[in-house]
Amino acid sequence: MIEERFDAIVVGAGPSGNAAAYTMAKAGLKVLQLERGEYPGSKNVQGAILYADALEKIIPDFREDAPLERHVIEQRLWTMDNGSHVGMHYRSDDFNEERPNRYTIIRAQFDRWFSGRVREAGAVLLCETTVTELLRDTAGRVIGVRTDRGGGTAFADIVILGEGVNGLVGQRAGLRPELKPDTVALAVKEMHFLPRETIEARFNLKGNEGVVIEAMGTITDGMTGTGFIYTNQESISIGIGCIVSDFTESNRTPYGLLEAFKRHPSVQPLLEGSECKEYVAHLIPEGGYNAMPQLYGDGWIVVGDAGQFVNAVHREGSNLAMTTGRIAAETVVWLKRRREAMSKANLAEYQRRLAETFVMKDMKKYRKIPDFLHHNKHFFNLYPKLLSAAAQTWFRVDGVDKRTKEKQIFQSFRAGRKLTGLIGDAFKLARSWR
Amino acid sequence: MMNIGEAGGTAPVKVEERLFQNRYMVDAGRPHIRIRPHETPSKALLAMTRLCPAGCYSVNDRGQVEAVVDGCVECGTCRVVTAQTGELEWNYPRGGFGVLFKFG
Repeated sequence: MIEERFDAIVVGAGPSGNAAAYTMAKAGLKVLQLERGEYPGSKNVQGAILYADALEKIIPDFREDAPLERHVIEQRLWTMDNGSHVGMHYRSDDFNEERPNRYTIIRAQFDRWFSGRVREAGAVLLCETTVTELLRDTAGRVIGVRTDRGGGTAFADIVILGEGVNGLVGQRAGLRPELKPDTVALAVKEMHFLPRETIEARFNLKGNEGVVIEAMGTITDGMTGTGFIYTNQESISIGIGCIVSDFTESNRTPYGLLEAFKRHPSVQPLLEGSECKEYVAHLIPEGGYNAMPQLYGDGWIVVGDAGQFVNAVHREGSNLAMTTGRIAAETVVWLKRRREAMSKANLAEYQRRLAETFVMKDMKKYRKIPDFLHHNKHFFNLYPKLLSAAAQTWFRVDGVDKRTKEKQIFQSFRAGRKLTGLIGDAFKLARSWR
Repeated sequence: MMNIGEAGGTAPVKVEERLFQNRYMVDAGRPHIRIRPHETPSKALLAMTRLCPAGCYSVNDRGQVEAVVDGCVECGTCRVVTAQTGELEWNYPRGGFGVLFKFG
């Protein structure tokens, strides 16, 4: 395929692969990037929220020409039962700042833009090229890749795997174990188009302000999962995702779940009259720290979703992807300048550097959460119902005195979960959260 | 394909109406997912008739699971679910083929 030798090969042109390719190319390394889609982004799916901090550390002036939708000024957290929601909203004019902190984006457009910057920095990008296997020398070191372009090969000192959650290259090479149904979520999403004035009126926005809604509760029908609604300029991204092993045991379809979420009385008016232009699905690695594979070896490094870098509690992933891509690349550049081998021992520097960042600190902090939520389904089913019933008891004025109402609320919680259960849940949650 | 009714009282939801909006470059005659011949499908494979977000899987009149993967969105759920049973031969489509997300 390509006879020349590269300093690095990057598999994948998503946020992690682009961050890695950009950082290495910018530092003068000879980089080959391989992407199986027709264009970068054509196979990629995200909600999607862009976290400015992670991108600023790679491309400080990204705001000048990146395709950004709306900057987020309001976060809504909804706990939903079948006919209502209890919400915690935070909105602040402080988020209307010169360099906003979070943006909604459309990934197919954003990844294309990012990739343009990667090529400007000097990396060679080959699209429509699926990597089929890693090539190794007799000592087992990774020395390149084979692709489906006529079985063509390419060689480099290091292969950076930014191949995504369902990345087969590293898995089939035995670099990491098979994904387990209880550590990945299946999410489905639709893009609903509306005039921008309609979106701004419905969500109480002006200009490029945006809203993020994260929802949990009976919308996932007892499964561990969440729903989301993000405002773009002229569209609304709406989706829902649950742990795959929960799906296998339920009787629901993913699109049926999404349809029910869309028809929820709290959601339906937001989408009224919209036109759906795309339906997508993707896996999300949600196993957290305990599901993380080996991150490096002789001649290879894994970055982004392929390394399980997702903070499921805070719905962060793309920022972890970009940061791991950048740090992997910086490690490679550092070794290259010292004329040191891309050996497993030397690449341990990648993990040492990651340990100093929010990436590993957050992954470690929430290491017990995935397991906790998996075994405490009442957080998705029972508590949202109790919360909603309590709110209704409290707000409905019906001649019942307030002390009696307080008693009713307390008794409903005790009836639902018993006092020991309530205390135990609070204790277990606090311990997992710590 | 099938018209899937939902439990829980909601109206039937057709997945093909959704996929109609998507763009695909179908690699004709070269499906990227193949089901190994079987007499009786495992519980895991059978679950895919409901779990596949693109509705690619269905049961034929002999009780075997069949797949038409033209509408596949390449999420990999079926690969993960059947990893233990080994009933699927799963590869990504050749470069440039398969689903093309306009928005993602």
